Parts: sequence; C-alpha cells; structure tokens
Amino acid sequence: MFRWHKLGKVFDPRLVGGRSWLQEFAQAPSAIILDDVIRVYFSCRPPPDAAGQYVSYSAYVDLDRADPTRVRAVAEQPILTLGGLGCFDEFGTYPVSVIRHGSRFRAYYGGWTRCESVPFNVAIGCAESDDGGKTFTRLGPGPVIGYSQDEPFVMSGPKIRRFADMWYLFYIAGTKWKLVEGRPEPVYRIRMATSDDGLTWTKLGQDLIPPRIEADEAQASPDVFYRDRRYHMLFCYRYSTGYRSHERGYRIGYASSDDLLHWQRDDGLAGLEPGADGWDAEMVSYPHVFAVDGRIYLAYLGNQVGREGFGLARLLEDRDAS
Amino acid sequence: MRLEKIGKIFDPGDHLLPDGCISHAQSPQVLLTDDGVRIYFSARSVDATGGKFRSRICFVDMDIGFRRVLGVNRQTVVPLGGLGCFDEHGIFPMSVLRNGAEVWGYTCGWNRRVSVSVDTAIGLAISRDGGLSFARQGDGPILGPTLNEPFLVGDGFVVRDAEAYHMWYIFGQRWSRERPDAAPDRVYKIGHAISPDGVHFVKDDGVPVLPDALGPEECQALPSVVRFGGTWHMVFCYRDIHGFRTDPARGYRIGYAHSPDAKNWQRDDAALGLGGTPGAWDADMQCYPHLCVVQGEMLLLYNGNGFGKDGFGLAKVHL
Repeated sequence: MFRWHKLGKVFDPRLVGGRSWLQEFAQAPSAIILDDVIRVYFSCRPPPDAAGQYVSYSAYVDLDRADPTRVRAVAEQPILTLGGLGCFDEFGTYPVSVIRHGSRFRAYYGGWTRCESVPFNVAIGCAESDDGGKTFTRLGPGPVIGYSQDEPFVMSGPKIRRFADMWYLFYIAGTKWKLVEGRPEPVYRIRMATSDDGLTWTKLGQDLIPPRIEADEAQASPDVFYRDRRYHMLFCYRYSTGYRSHERGYRIGYASSDDLLHWQRDDGLAGLEPGADGWDAEMVSYPHVFAVDGRIYLAYLGNQVGREGFGLARLLEDRDAS
Repeated sequence: MRLEKIGKIFDPGDHLLPDGCISHAQSPQVLLTDDGVRIYFSARSVDATGGKFRSRICFVDMDIGFRRVLGVNRQTVVPLGGLGCFDEHGIFPMSVLRNGAEVWGYTCGWNRRVSVSVDTAIGLAISRDGGLSFARQGDGPILGPTLNEPFLVGDGFVVRDAEAYHMWYIFGQRWSRERPDAAPDRVYKIGHAISPDGVHFVKDDGVPVLPDALGPEECQALPSVVRFGGTWHMVFCYRDIHGFRTDPARGYRIGYAHSPDAKNWQRDDAALGLGGTPGAWDADMQCYPHLCVVQGEMLLLYNGNGFGKDGFGLAKVHL
C-alpha cells in the first residue's frame, strides 16, 4: 500500500482575486517540472451565467520546488481560449494534461459543447505552447480523439504519457446516459489509445478497469506512472447516482500492470482516504502523481470535486520510516 | 451529356409511412433488388413536445423502370439512436450498398446543439434481411469530427472498387451569422476518405475535393458518385450560405464533376445542365441528387422545391 503524508490544501482559487475567469474550482491538477518551480495546471470557472451554466478554463499555479506547499505565482490568463462557434470546445477546456515535446509543451484537453437532450458532450483536443507552457494554441478547430462506434460520447479526462517511443493517452469514454430523477447523468470508463506522433491515435477499444462498487460505476482521472518495473494507475471512481455526498462520492482507486493493457485493480493499495474533517473530508478525487527532486507527490481534489482547490500528499518511503 | 427529365416519381403525401412520418422524401438512394429498385429516402416526423422535426429512413419499392410504386416500408427501417447519441434526432441521408448477403447503410445522424442548431456524424447500419431493416453498428459513429474538420461530418456516400471503399462526404468549416441577431448558418464542403474494410475510414482531413463556384462561402452537400463509361461522375448540390430557404436565387441547385481516377475532379456544373422547369415541382430548387446505373442507363434522382417536402423525381443522363 502507498503511504501518503497529507500536506493539506495548497491552492484555493477563491483566494486568488483579480481574475474574473478564476473564481471557483481548481480541478484535475496536472504537473510539469520547470527549472525553479513545479507548474500545476488545473481547470477553473468564472461565476455561472444567468441560466446557471458554467464555462471552464484551464490555468496553472507555480509551486516552490523545495516546498511545494508554497505558491510562487498564478497564471495571469487562461492557457487556452474557448473554441469557436459550433466547435467541440466552445463552452469549456477541462481537464488538461501537459507534456514536454522537444522545446515546446503540448496540452491535451477535454473540450465541452452543449447539447439539447443531454447537458453536454466532450471530445479531446490538442494545443501547443512555445512560451514555456504559459499559453497554448490549438492545433486545429476539431478534436484529436473523437467519437467512435463503441465510444459514442463524453470523451474526456485525458492524461498524456510517453513510455519508450510511444505516446499513450489514457482517458474516459462515456458508455451511457442514465436518467436519474429525470436528469441525464453520464456513465464513463477508463480507456487508452496509442500513437507514434501524438496526433493520429489508435484506440485500444477496451475498458481498462472493471467496475467494482456497482455496474454503472463512473471512473475518471486515469493517472499512470512507471516505478519499480511496473506501471501504476491511480484513478477516481464514484456511484452513478447520489454522488454529491460523502457516502457515494469520489474515492481514489488503484491498479497496476506489466504491459499497460492488462490491469489488476486493488483499491485498497491506493492509500489515500477522505480526511476526518476539513477540506477533503467529503470526498477525494482526480489524483495526479509526480516526482520532483527525489520525492513523490500526489495532487488531488477534496470537497465538491475541487470547488475549494487542490491539495498535496507526499509519498512516505522506506527512508521515512524512522 | 444530355439530360432527359422524366418528372416527379414519388410523393410521400400519397402514402402512409410508419414512425409518425408526415412529410418529405429527401435524398433518394437506390438499391437494386431482384424485381426492381428499392429507393431509400428520409421522411420527417414532428416531436410531440417542442415541435421540431426528426428525419427517419423510409423506402419505396418500384419496378425497374421507375414507373410503378410497389409499396413503401411498413416498419422502422433504421432506429434512431438513444439519449445523447450522434443519431438521436434524425437520420438523413443514408447511402446503401450490397456487401455479400448484407446491405450496408451509411447513415448521417443528427443531434441537436444549443449554440448552433445541430451537429452530424456518419454511422454504419447493417441489414441481413435484404434491406427491410437495419441494425445500428454501435452507439457511436464511424466517421466524425477531426482536427481539421471540426463539425458537421455527414452525407457519406460509399462506393466500393477493386482496392478499397471510397467515401465522399461533407465536413463543416465554420458557422457564421448573416446579421448579429440571426441564427448561425454553416459552410460545408465535400471531402474524401478511404477504407480497406468499409468500417475504418481515413480522411484527407480538411481538404475539399472540389473548387468553389460561389466563392469560399459556398455550401456543398450530398455527393453521389458512379463509375460509368470509363469515367467517374459526381453530382452534388450547392448553395449560398445565407438566405437559401426563402430566396430561390440563393438556394440549392445541382452541380457536376468528373474524374479519370476518383481522385482528381474537374467541376463542370454546366455539363449536366439541370435547371428548374418553370411552374413545375422543381422550378425553384433542385437538391439532394443521386446517381445510379440501372439497365445500362445513368439515372439521376433528385429533390425539387422545398428541400424535397413533396417528393423526388427522375431524369436520364445521356452521355
């Protein structure tokens, strides 16, 4: 089992100020390591419109490498504009996963559109930065991962990785819209695609993680890393209904694999539970693991899926035992 | 090339169609049968709440000479998709071809949006009863938006030759408003994709097959292609971006292109020379064309006034 030492909430979007587009939420943290800071991308929202609907932007916060609980800077503007009229990302760019690509950075993000019979649909887009990851330009007006016969809608939650010379994209794909008290709620599962160039993708076409708590379990944030000659995945999962509660809300799960194709789920090894009280007492979700300066950290969301920000935990290793 | 108009051959108002269909017979597409032709088309039902239309695939069986109606479908031909699916709010059009004992239908599924009216994508449905009924192959599409084709991928028309399956289809380029308070209108162009198996298609992604006749805002729709007399022939319809519903001068008319190799196309709308007949069913508009070869003749089916509200007609194309 992973043993995590919680460092508490490190970023609260409600305390930033001066940015109309950053009022609430710091969702789906995703880190890159720069020379002097850890840049953690997240997704946030301005206040809802008159109809109560949100758009979402992505931005970043720079954390101190020596003490990642210290915020050094916050993005002055969103890293990416919203998409144009009728485009897949017209109403949101969330979540985002960034990777270094030569001298540039490349971002994969969920683009949100609004529909009539269901509230939204999502597909995965791609954008690049040549200013060190501060701002990104989309590579085209359409998505790089869209819908297919057995992945019909809600393609979201991208996590981009490179292992050996291959690009891997872990993401979620909707399996059905379930009517819950007259309101459509999506059920989604973790999937994967591979690519030689990060642009043309071959979908595996299989769910990676079987559901555990119920048949319609929803899964998100498939965060994969390599360590001790195995692949490890932290992810989050919840019930399909009543999930805005402590009892049925998000928890963090775990699976491991030797080949990235076959995964052994064992949620008991994840090692990060909701707190007894405080900012992560209601639920924990959207895990992201990163290594910096010989230490391993877990960024994650607490109550209300990150409305109040994200926190960090540090992996306790053998040398911490004494 | 000389066109011989036969006239209107089918009016949906003369028949009782299932699935609550009350009007329209859009985009006729021909399948040869043992004793004649089966012509698929899209008719419309009206939602009980909201009053919006849904297009549904129907068919009419006719004799091989297109003179006599033998019957229309009595049951659902292709079910619409479920909640949130790409084809939840309609299927229009469908391209059919025989594949062994099966009939494959390439559907254009419609789903409603909020900031713009709709999006579309191309699905596959397969019939194992000779084309009476089709089963959707999955809840998602086989061809949808990509990096350089952001929306409105639709109108797939598939032709199989010795090496591959060719698909000509349309993709959206942009939505724009004629006036700030007007509803958005779309611009779409004809593209090409190719597949070894008829299921997995690779697009050119954002490359129009044809030049524009009306400038960059020209909308091109519903390509239909046959190989006949050693040449590839394509018909399609095209119109202005705005005002096309009410102004006949800006509405759909039918264009034509030819190719020696199915790749390089020469557009020559005048060669086909299809215009409206004053006072007739096709006086104000000609749209949603379909080319086929029946008994050694190249035939053109198409819709007339009102986007095919009152049916479709037939013309012979003499080379």
